[in-house]
Amino acid sequence: MRLSFTVNGRQCEADDVWEGESLLYVLRERLGLPGSKNACEQGECGSCTVYLDGVPACACLVAAGQAAGREVGTVEGLAEGDGLGAVQESFVEAGAVQCGFCTPGLLVATDDLVNRVPHPSDAEIRESLAGNLCRCTGYEKIMDAVRLAADRRASSEASRSGKTDA
Amino acid sequence: MSDHAPARSPQDLDDSIAGGIGESPTRPDGALKVRGEYAYASDLWAEDMLWGATLRSPHPYARIRSIDIGPALATPGVYAVLTHSDVPGENLYGLKIVDQPVLAVDVVRYRGEAVALVAADHPETARRAMERIEVDYEVLEPITDPELAAHDTTLPELHPGGNVVRHQPIVKGDPEASADVVVSGLYTLGMQDQAFLGPEAGLAVPAPDGGVDLYLATQDLHSDRKQTAQALGLPPEKVRMTMSGVGGAFGGREDLSIQVHCSMLALHTGKPVKMVYDREESFHGHVHRHPAKMYYEHGATRDGDLVYVRATLYFDGGAYASKTPVVVGNGTTLGIGPYAVPNVRIEGWGLYTNNPPCGAMRGLGAVQPALAYEAQMDKLADALGMDPVEVRIRNALSQGGTTPTGQVLDYPAPVAELLDRVRRLPLPAEHDSAPADIRDLPGGASNTTHGEGVVRGIGYGVCIKNICYAEGADDYSTARVRLQIIGGEPLAVVHTAAAEVGQGLVTVQQQIARTELGVERVNIHPNDTDVGPAGSSSASRQTYVTGGAVRNACEAVRDVLLQRVAARSGESIGDLSLSGGKVVSSATGVLADLADVIGDDVIEETREYHHRETYPLDEELGTSERAQVQHAFSAHRAVVDVDTELGLVKVVQLDCSQDVGKAMNPEAVIGQIQGGSAQGLGLAVMEEIRVDGGTIRNASFTDYLIPTILDMPPMNIDVIERADPNSPYGVRGVGEPPTISSTPAVVAAIRAATGKALTHTPVAPEHIIADIPR
Ligand code: FES
Ligand code: FES
Repeated sequence: MRLSFTVNGRQCEADDVWEGESLLYVLRERLGLPGSKNACEQGECGSCTVYLDGVPACACLVAAGQAAGREVGTVEGLAEGDGLGAVQESFVEAGAVQCGFCTPGLLVATDDLVNRVPHPSDAEIRESLAGNLCRCTGYEKIMDAVRLAADRRASSEASRSGKTDA
Repeated sequence: MSDHAPARSPQDLDDSIAGGIGESPTRPDGALKVRGEYAYASDLWAEDMLWGATLRSPHPYARIRSIDIGPALATPGVYAVLTHSDVPGENLYGLKIVDQPVLAVDVVRYRGEAVALVAADHPETARRAMERIEVDYEVLEPITDPELAAHDTTLPELHPGGNVVRHQPIVKGDPEASADVVVSGLYTLGMQDQAFLGPEAGLAVPAPDGGVDLYLATQDLHSDRKQTAQALGLPPEKVRMTMSGVGGAFGGREDLSIQVHCSMLALHTGKPVKMVYDREESFHGHVHRHPAKMYYEHGATRDGDLVYVRATLYFDGGAYASKTPVVVGNGTTLGIGPYAVPNVRIEGWGLYTNNPPCGAMRGLGAVQPALAYEAQMDKLADALGMDPVEVRIRNALSQGGTTPTGQVLDYPAPVAELLDRVRRLPLPAEHDSAPADIRDLPGGASNTTHGEGVVRGIGYGVCIKNICYAEGADDYSTARVRLQIIGGEPLAVVHTAAAEVGQGLVTVQQQIARTELGVERVNIHPNDTDVGPAGSSSASRQTYVTGGAVRNACEAVRDVLLQRVAARSGESIGDLSLSGGKVVSSATGVLADLADVIGDDVIEETREYHHRETYPLDEELGTSERAQVQHAFSAHRAVVDVDTELGLVKVVQLDCSQDVGKAMNPEAVIGQIQGGSAQGLGLAVMEEIRVDGGTIRNASFTDYLIPTILDMPPMNIDVIERADPNSPYGVRGVGEPPTISSTPAVVAAIRAATGKALTHTPVAPEHIIADIPR
């Protein structure tokens, strides 16, 4: 089948897609976007987390056909121009990245969290990221990274609304 | 690297980040990783590539009567179906003992053994073709009990020479010594999986010279190349390997997985072939941590001084040897823990069975006995009416002390200090009444208790691990360092084959080069086989040996520069050093800019680093003047809440004190301790591959659980630096110890909370509820 949907704001087409393919496979193998990862392909690890119409989803569990006509956001869309986005920067600075295989999924999940909740508590962070496995870090520095990202997001919101007020 | 490099192949790491030894610069691959642009092995892609798949045995032990590939080969889209008769070279490989077929010939020895290969134009086509390969098996009764495999001579021999891979006794002092206070126990440990997140993957590209270029994720390129070339019947130089991004390793990538299979398919079809395991295949496609059965007896004086330790350890190696000989070596030599004991008798057995093959995993061979000897130390403390930490401190090994093999520790061994420090770290608040958040209780959001039946327990664990390879191995490393002027500025490039698996070796290499050469810009060249061997990223050895090699190569480059300047300026070379991109004299100040000294030259030096020599163990007594290069120590304290009615455990806090010799990158050291502790926590309370009659029952992340962010508690981490005079910069391996001492600490804490014996790890709710007191 032929498939068309939006990825990171860009209209994309894929041809000869077999019905059994997942959105993850199409992103990685047909659209040249291997950022979303394939650690389990069973919905258990979160390494493939993407935005689907603005809501985080495991791309490995989404049949490619289900994405038709919808908006997909991946880790490749989190950068701000040539620079890193605040969430990406926080992960690097906090040392939350070791092998990095869990990172793309965690970044999307964290981006969603800090967008929804301005000042998440530790318990809220843990609950939001409970579906994202990491085997390298023991999660402590991931906690640091999310706290840092939340602070940065909140202060950039504050300065933005400060400016509009003025 | 070939001219046919695939898309998304590894690139130079050239982010400009500052920071030398002892600082904590960020990773040079960090930006690529958070952008989703870091090229992992499963991301590889080449125009026109095919997909490879592996047919695996459904039986733990069976004879193969026949294989019919006809129907599979006739499937549209299928380019090749290969069996053992297509293996071009030697159809056997192995890390220590060459005993494993690339593709099974007439017998399969474990459930999951590779039998045939398929290459097709789509992964689904390959899967379907695989189902059409008809293998006629005669199913045999599997051997699944390692203790029987050791002693029952009526069992069939799984390999020529029998079912014992290695038997090693260690005897010190009087092996029959007696004591006033005696405690004994039988302890068992389940099979743990490395559970790295990046699946086994690679891309093989056939080369015009008849060779192959393989892009892959591994821990040791040169070991892979040697084994792969032999199986392909090619000279090593025709098997070129380049490291792609590695999504974690933890020992599970030391043995071959896709290497020969993928190359065979590429050479056969003349097309690039990609292989990626899914999670289930990954569970079958790599070795695991050896399960163990351990009989222990400790004898002590009434004052608490250890008189003797006697132990017998059985390690289930499964169908092929892999690292079993080393597991027996480590397990026995480290089998009494970091304690000084005058009389020791340990016997270690590594066995062949029809269970899944076991091999390297973080803490190799030292994890298993730590569970037993630490349980025994607690039991002893109990019998003596002493504090468990006091008993440990009283018997702690220290510098100048002797191991059971007779090796004198000629470097700091601050075991007592670590124990004392970890017990002084702050404890979490008691929640006497209802805690603030139900998510902090055992069972968490599943709302199984509001505090009723919840009991807190505290436990300790301390461990010893040898660093680098042992028993006579010369596991050296090689580094090539190039210095030149680019855009008016000095740029150093470090090239090694040392696998970056997530641990941050790339960062440490940059730090060393910056410090040694006094330059800012240091690029890391991708790992490949164009440079000499670095050995494996295992045994906590890379900062030690590859760090040493990078230092040596930098010193060689520096010598060339300083000689030039000394000759020109007439100053003595001993007065000169490199700093801030300049040559500086301690007598007269800045002498020259590196840009002027180097000009258009390229200064390149390649150096090796060999650690000091070690020697084999005596076969009868296990003695050796120096069996191991270095030892590392860590101590953990665990605080747990246990719902004693349901058997659910919440680890509330996990603290660690560790000696790292020299913290090359303090933040990365902490990251290693946190990550290692998490794997140890997983082993304590949840991680076990269930093997039933030789078959894995839980080959998925649905059924094999690893700690999530909800399971990992906050940690207090206390790092001390007692330099080892024998190692580069005084470093001591960091990665493994925290995986070892965390598990017994958590189990001890659960015992403290429940009063139950808990002799099997991981501890499951049914063990806690079962009425077996200590
Ligand atoms: S790959 Fe999708 S959840 Fe693991
Ligand atoms: S950094 Fe390796 S899995 Fe998270």
